[in-house]
Amino acid sequence: MEYKQLAPAPKSTAKRIKTWLIVIISLALLIWSFTDMDFGGIKPSAKQIVGSIFNGLLHPDWSYVYTGDGEDLLSALWETICIAFLGTFISAIISLPFAFWAARTKYKHWFTSRLGKIVLAIIRSFPEIVLALMFIKAVGPGAAAGVLALGVHSVGMLAKLFSESIENLDEGANEAVIASGGSKWHVMMFATMPNLMPSLISNTLYRFDVSLRSASVLGLVGAGGIGYPLMTALNYRMWSRVGIILLGIIILVMIVDWISGWIRSKLV
Amino acid sequence: MANANTPMIECKNVSKVYPDGTVGLKDINLTINKGEFVVVVGLSGAGKSTLLRSINRLQDVSGGEILIDGKSITAAKGKELRLIRRDIGMIFQSFNLVKRSSVLRNVLVGRVAYYPTWKTTFNLFSKEDKQKAYEALQQVGLAEKVYNRADELSGGQQQRVAIARVLEQNPKIILADEPTASLDPETSKRIMNDLKMLNEKYGMTVIANLHSVELAKEFGQRVIGIRAGQVVYDGKMSETPESVFTNIYNGGNGKEAADD
Amino acid sequence: MTNKSGQAPVVPGLPKKKFKLMNWVWAIILIGGLFVSTQETNTSLPVLFQNFSNFTEIFVEMAKPDWSYSGTVIPLVLQTIKMAILGTFFGSLAAFFYSLLIARNVVKNKVVTGVFRFIMNIIRTIPDLLLGAIFVAIVGTGTFAGVLALSVFTFGVVVKLFYEAIETIDNGPIEALTAVGANKWQIITDAVLPQVMTYFISYTLYAFEINVRASTVLGYIGAGGIGLYLQQTLDVFQYERTGTIIIIIVIVVVLIDYISSKAREALMK
Repeated sequence: MEYKQLAPAPKSTAKRIKTWLIVIISLALLIWSFTDMDFGGIKPSAKQIVGSIFNGLLHPDWSYVYTGDGEDLLSALWETICIAFLGTFISAIISLPFAFWAARTKYKHWFTSRLGKIVLAIIRSFPEIVLALMFIKAVGPGAAAGVLALGVHSVGMLAKLFSESIENLDEGANEAVIASGGSKWHVMMFATMPNLMPSLISNTLYRFDVSLRSASVLGLVGAGGIGYPLMTALNYRMWSRVGIILLGIIILVMIVDWISGWIRSKLV
Repeated sequence: MANANTPMIECKNVSKVYPDGTVGLKDINLTINKGEFVVVVGLSGAGKSTLLRSINRLQDVSGGEILIDGKSITAAKGKELRLIRRDIGMIFQSFNLVKRSSVLRNVLVGRVAYYPTWKTTFNLFSKEDKQKAYEALQQVGLAEKVYNRADELSGGQQQRVAIARVLEQNPKIILADEPTASLDPETSKRIMNDLKMLNEKYGMTVIANLHSVELAKEFGQRVIGIRAGQVVYDGKMSETPESVFTNIYNGGNGKEAADD
Repeated sequence: MTNKSGQAPVVPGLPKKKFKLMNWVWAIILIGGLFVSTQETNTSLPVLFQNFSNFTEIFVEMAKPDWSYSGTVIPLVLQTIKMAILGTFFGSLAAFFYSLLIARNVVKNKVVTGVFRFIMNIIRTIPDLLLGAIFVAIVGTGTFAGVLALSVFTFGVVVKLFYEAIETIDNGPIEALTAVGANKWQIITDAVLPQVMTYFISYTLYAFEINVRASTVLGYIGAGGIGLYLQQTLDVFQYERTGTIIIIIVIVVVLIDYISSKAREALMK
């Protein structure tokens, strides 16, 4: 029996050119990125500092955990949690109307939702730290500025997630309310909101995880929380203090991640 | 059935063209009288759903007029439209319950148009209406599920909750859009019997889109056949020869149309 | 249920709703939490509204950007993007191999995957700016600290997503290759990677979006890029310059976000 010879694999030239173009552009961008980076200027003491930090992590300053004067690790962590909690709550409330604005549904013009999406993208891109500094000018340095900065900044992401949930909503329940003579408000109260609730809560919890990380950073600019003591400890090279603060942050974030993951899994 | 011969639904030259140019309905003229049990048969995509959804204006028609109990729903707006809809109950193929709400709250949805908005917002349904909802659930045999979440129920049970919702709404007309398409044969029968009960006991006018010719023959008093958006047959079930069904389903596999 | 009219009810009355303890517990946690955290953080809306003019003043000044300053800003924004690209590159490269190491359908040894997962989870907890502050303390101020911080951060983001993607792949091809006697590396390249490469690229792009955003503020703590000027102009109250920087940052970030998310959509099709 005679066999046919294997034909070369069919290929689309356009597709191959496209793939290669993407690869070349990516490589060019990567090489370009290496230009004028100062990798040479590393401090000679770097190795020693890494050693000190690990040493600090292994021998943390336990006395800092609780001192009773409100200037200790536990108070700072507690303040961080409170900033994240309140900030997330505020942003969840603000996010709802924004989400309905930005969601693409058949009830409104595409331009309206597109505009809403652009506004959210701008809020997301506005640096959180700058926002915190602006609020510091308004309410003074401290945790309140952190809360407000988080509350506003998180809207960019949270409202985006909310609006995606709204877009994925099952239309059926809405129709049932309309068919029995309900108004738009009835549709909202009886079909949209109950159906939306689980994903709203789940997204908000997820955002709380993120906010907790943000809240521990905002202290770097004076907006309360654990960031400030960490910055001080780093500046004064108190490595065992740095160690205990890092441990505190790691444990706190892990616990909160775990709890919120547990609640979210229960919600399904 | 006492046929009062008062028209309940009148379609006058109704047509529907979708934005992409597809013709949904073409020059439909129909009169359905009070207390009738009408089944609408036809292939999927023939326009059965479009017809039903036009009657309560879940979608707008492109031309013609539809009168509900003498009032034009196609011309109605705002509150007027909602009050006409209050008299038209609807059963959907996919039940369309609010999955995460309790069965009771789902049944109470049938009542929203009877209340001012602020009352429903704070869940201030009257004791009588809650009791009525409970009684409706007893009628469909789901009294013990009253506080369960809707998504804990099986498909057939969910459709019965939807029927209780219609009972609570107490409409003059029931539109049933493929009420049994996602259910097994036995449950389907039970749902159709419930619809029959609504028709006979409460005198509600029922229009049901049906896939299954068997169910159509068993429950329908009047058959309307639809093909390509046009009415191709309209007559009493008892006088309808088998050939009509074969014709409507284009000589094809209409008999056991289970799914599409 | 009582029946006031005294007659025997024809139909049973609606039973009382069951008392749901957990709903109350959650409500109390929420309300209590709001109360406690408002106290703890001293957040007060009256104070905010009293001083709101301070806030809007800055905003108004920022809204009058000093375009002549953009000549200084743009090179630094480019530097910032470079940092983000490098951080994404190094971080996702490391994440690629690390993910293979902790995916349970690739490495069967539960002790190995367990230990490496634990390390990953620790790294993931540390926020980007804190990493920046730590690396500034280690290597000194400059772009290198920023690239390191972004690399570690990217690593945390990509590893988590990528190993989960690996674990959800279809096991058939792995079994087929095992059956014909392929070694571990052949299994990875011929059965695992073809199924997950698009995911990996998509996650890398996603990390890049986050990095562009993060890199713009890293300079604030001395880790290179435009953030340094953000700090300087804010410190000397040159808000119109801060405004210029922010507007350019927002445009760049929104643009890159848009392009990248479109690319991800195209990939996943």
